[in-house]
Amino acid sequence: MNFKHWLVSFAPDTWQPLVSALISVAAIIFVFASLFALTTILERKGLGRIQNRYGPNRVGPFGVFQPIADGLKAMTKEDIVPRAADKVVHFIAPLVLVIPVFLALAVIPVGRNMAAVDFDGGILFFFAVGAATELSVFMAGWSSRNKYSLLGAMRAIAQMISYEVPLILSAVTVIMIVGSLSATKIVDAQAGYFGWLPNWFVLTPWGFAGFILFMIAAAAESNRSPFDLPEGESEIIAGYYIEYSGFKFALFFLGEYIGLFAISGLAITLFLGGWHAPLPFLIWIPSYIWFFAKLLGLIALFIWVRGTLPRLRMDQLMNFAWKFMLPMALVNLLAAGVWHFIEPGFARWAVCLVLVVGPYIMLGRSLFEHKQLAKRTYRYAE
Amino acid sequence: MLGEGIIKGMGETARNFFGSYVKEERLTTVQYPEERLPQKEAARNFPFLLFDGNDPHAGLRCVACQICEKECPPQCIYIVKSKDKKPDYIGKPQFYPAVFDIDTSVCMSCQICVEVCPFEAIKMDTEFELSTTDRFGGLLMRKSDLAKSNVYYHKIHPTEADEVDGRLASEKSKVEAKAKADAEAKAKAAAAAKSAPPAKPAPAPALTK
Repeated sequence: MNFKHWLVSFAPDTWQPLVSALISVAAIIFVFASLFALTTILERKGLGRIQNRYGPNRVGPFGVFQPIADGLKAMTKEDIVPRAADKVVHFIAPLVLVIPVFLALAVIPVGRNMAAVDFDGGILFFFAVGAATELSVFMAGWSSRNKYSLLGAMRAIAQMISYEVPLILSAVTVIMIVGSLSATKIVDAQAGYFGWLPNWFVLTPWGFAGFILFMIAAAAESNRSPFDLPEGESEIIAGYYIEYSGFKFALFFLGEYIGLFAISGLAITLFLGGWHAPLPFLIWIPSYIWFFAKLLGLIALFIWVRGTLPRLRMDQLMNFAWKFMLPMALVNLLAAGVWHFIEPGFARWAVCLVLVVGPYIMLGRSLFEHKQLAKRTYRYAE
Repeated sequence: MLGEGIIKGMGETARNFFGSYVKEERLTTVQYPEERLPQKEAARNFPFLLFDGNDPHAGLRCVACQICEKECPPQCIYIVKSKDKKPDYIGKPQFYPAVFDIDTSVCMSCQICVEVCPFEAIKMDTEFELSTTDRFGGLLMRKSDLAKSNVYYHKIHPTEADEVDGRLASEKSKVEAKAKADAEAKAKAAAAAKSAPPAKPAPAPALTK
């Protein structure tokens, strides 16, 4: 980051570390907040097209200024706090959501030498900080003194704790193979090309399974559809942030999306080769462009899934977490270990494939074993 | 296998996503202020006053009989009868409304005023873009706002307007025929009286004809 060094050189020597940190923080906040604005409009447009609608197209050309209008509206709205609410906790909850998700972004390398903080326990720091979002959700739900918000918070706690286990276990495979918790080291381990194929972990059997598991758990962790039970607009209206309005509501919205970016960024770091180019002849394109291209790709995937799948029921959610995600993550750990100890070659691929695909098919069968899947008949409503 | 349905569903949504860019007929949204659907002929919302010809005062069909004012369930019509008279479409002198107000914030679009009007003077409009920044004056329709020509009526409700026109024309021709017959009878009587002055007066023409 030559530009940053040039900027820092203006400050007196003793102030330079602080100025350097501030510039990194400002860059992260600015870039990801504008990405949030972009994502809101892309999501609404994309969902609209999936449902054969136009989506917002009134503010500016093709509706591109819609986020500005939304932001202005959120900031000028009245901030209502319920009389029975625990006012301090009610006030702190959105901050407890937004600050950790921005902190988590600090360890993600968004380009070559472009991690704001690069230390050895990067991934551990990410998960430790990310766990604070659960606290924020429960603070919001509890302090609002509303039955819906409390229900939403209880659902959120149950869901987030259940899915945190497969999330971390699927990330552990990469840590096992690389032998480091440092995000930059993990990205470095995925450098280089095998023929014209990139050396990414997603292109190995355990890496692919881990990536899928990680993405499913990430959707659950960031309360995205089809795991949006804590918000469930049609059941509990808006869940834990039902009593928030105006700017605090916008903060919740922001925190949720920044959390999604952070966890997608981690998925890119762990499985999709970080900022590395997908093909050898494309390395001339700057590294951060590759990172953000992958990030937008994952966001598009999340929007696509949201436009496709209906919300899960609570028992389905729990069954899926403990009867499918957790066993698969454990089996995947075994596969990664086996991969590490067999020499590179065809045998390694075959053994790992069997180790991943076999349990997948078995688990899938056992989940459907006692299910009677038939056309639903309605006794009263027709 | 587990996950098959999800893949299938994702394929379906992807087809919808790209299809909406390729096929215009997929997008059923009518972007209202710029595009609009054609009005249905049976559409109606608030009443308006009909006038014939070009002059809203001279051609106004309303004779201020105040039946609609009395029948209106929410009582949103306010009429003040004129002191003088003006000829109606047949030529007969009639009163006309000096004031005719309809409060559209009160009107419930029941069409009863239209049903009871014996003069085909009040009809239902299809104009629906009536939003205003002034919720008192802006929603109160004056006589000048309400008066609309027969041409406009033909445009919004063609079949109904043809029917009404036919009825009025037949009534008018009936009246004219009767006037002609009366005139002829009168002329005959006058001629008879001339030829035989001391004869008794001609019988009065029947009232109902």
